[in-house]
Amino acid sequence: MTAGWFVLTRLARDRSALLGLVLIAALLGAALLAPVLSTHPDDVFELHPSERLQAPSRAHWLGTDRMGADVYSRLLFGARITILIGVIGVGASLLVGVPVGLVAGYYHGWLSDLLMRVSDVFLAVPQVVLAIAIAQTLGPSLPNVILALSATYWPWFARVVYAETRALQKEVFVESTVALGASPWRLTALHVLPNIASPIIVRASIGMGFTILTAAALGFLGLGPPPPTPEWGRTIAESREFLPDAWWYATAPGLAIFLTVMGFNLLGDGLRDVLDPRLRRSHRSRDD
Amino acid sequence: MRLLALALLRLAWFVPTLLGLLAVTFVISRVIPADPVALVAGETATPAQVEALRRQLGFDRPLPVQFVDYVARLARGDMGTSIFTRRPIVEDLAHRLPATIELTLAAMVVSVLVGIPLGVLSALWRNSLLDHALRVVTVSGLAIASFWLGIMLQLLFAMRLGWTPLNGRLQGFPPRPLTGFYLVDAAFTGDWPTLGGALWHLALPAATLAFPALATLVRFTRAGVLDVMQSNFVLYERAMGLPGFVIVWKYVLRSALTSTVTQIGLLFGILLAGAVVTEAVFDWPGIGTYAVNSILRSDYNAVMGFTVWAGAIFIVVNLLVDVAHTLVDPRERAT
Repeated sequence: MTAGWFVLTRLARDRSALLGLVLIAALLGAALLAPVLSTHPDDVFELHPSERLQAPSRAHWLGTDRMGADVYSRLLFGARITILIGVIGVGASLLVGVPVGLVAGYYHGWLSDLLMRVSDVFLAVPQVVLAIAIAQTLGPSLPNVILALSATYWPWFARVVYAETRALQKEVFVESTVALGASPWRLTALHVLPNIASPIIVRASIGMGFTILTAAALGFLGLGPPPPTPEWGRTIAESREFLPDAWWYATAPGLAIFLTVMGFNLLGDGLRDVLDPRLRRSHRSRDD
Repeated sequence: MRLLALALLRLAWFVPTLLGLLAVTFVISRVIPADPVALVAGETATPAQVEALRRQLGFDRPLPVQFVDYVARLARGDMGTSIFTRRPIVEDLAHRLPATIELTLAAMVVSVLVGIPLGVLSALWRNSLLDHALRVVTVSGLAIASFWLGIMLQLLFAMRLGWTPLNGRLQGFPPRPLTGFYLVDAAFTGDWPTLGGALWHLALPAATLAFPALATLVRFTRAGVLDVMQSNFVLYERAMGLPGFVIVWKYVLRSALTSTVTQIGLLFGILLAGAVVTEAVFDWPGIGTYAVNSILRSDYNAVMGFTVWAGAIFIVVNLLVDVAHTLVDPRERAT
């Protein structure tokens, strides 16, 4: 609790990290309160052909789309999908990547080499390329997008955890714990994991932004959850044929993606400054 | 001699990495799907056709045998036939590769020519208005969805203002094909109107693709220059009374930009990946648009062919960067 409070107060002093926190809070608020905040909550599924492609007005704050649905309301419900993809995608990557990194870092031998070579292969190829192949094989749906994203993102965690674990093994306190006869489980759970939590948290925050951006790209390419899901990337793809007249239709979801990803990136940078002074970004602390 | 050995050692990593990539794509295409043959055959195939194809492709054999066969076929350049174009996928991809490389290189030139000077200025004039404005640029560059940026640029510059073409690589006939790169071909044949047209078409997609890379470069260059500015040797030169611009030009830049050069090489790979989405927005006839069209037509073999190619190119570029880095930076040789 005290550690969490320390981090929060430090973050609040960093203006850009605070902006990141505000943006993420806004996203969470939009997702949780979507039924309350939206002006046309039924428009996720309902069609109103007579009201299609209307410009922003008092009735439709961000205009309407090709089906006559309220863009603003669909945007709010889209925030739920974005959070779902980000949280489960990054969470699954953590569940795979952290144990792989711990095992590869703890043991020295062929298993460790094999695990790290496998993650190197994944890191040697752009994430979006492999994600496209996996999503295409599995077919467009929400679970498959999440699967494709976590199957391609876990190596980032594995690499971070591996490097940190190896570095920790040279520490005296780890050596003495081993000398006292602690089991690998005890050593890992009580001594290694708490000490490498910071870089994992930082990587997870940046990974949220990255995963959401890649998910939007997959949605844009037609590999995301199928309509009428109000996924932001797909909405932008749908809006293209109505440009330049229906400018609001393409603009709104893109801005939503932008603000969301920026929120996680700023928070990630801020967390890095607070949690890991070694990696402080370009001498910021001396600037501001 | 030692250098050559080191370069060769790095090259030797190429084969296992590439085999690893093929193992991954093999698992994706043969192990994950319930019936890979049905995927390859397409949705219109009858059960009998699927069975015939299964024997023809050898998918009824054990997986390890299939993998060896898969690697052997790829080594011969055989990726199967596209069910849509009815041509070998390798030919399709090779035909479209110059367009992708032209776009990627153009974006790289833009991001380097704009990003590095801006990064240096932002470090020298720390906390100036320019520095703050550039911080907004770097933060946005890493948060913006490039497909959306492309659409917004189209909306503004092509649709509203009419300054640039909306999409495509060129209007009218392409220049006489020598290399497949329109800019090079047009320049060599002295076809100036075509060269102008090609550049004009390149403007928006190159800007879209360059933006995230530019943001990364500004950030990286700024941090590098600031780091060097605070080092002891710069303090010493100041104390010796060297004028500021001499210190920056002769000593700081040389030392700060070595690491930026490595970054540029890595950017090429990242740009190549970003090209997939950018090409789709601008209907750019490269391998990215090919992949996206293949996704839409469920042309399964073509998507897998694209994955193997894009992955292999990415690995080769990273390898070249690594080798170049070993040759250029003496500190790397110690390891």
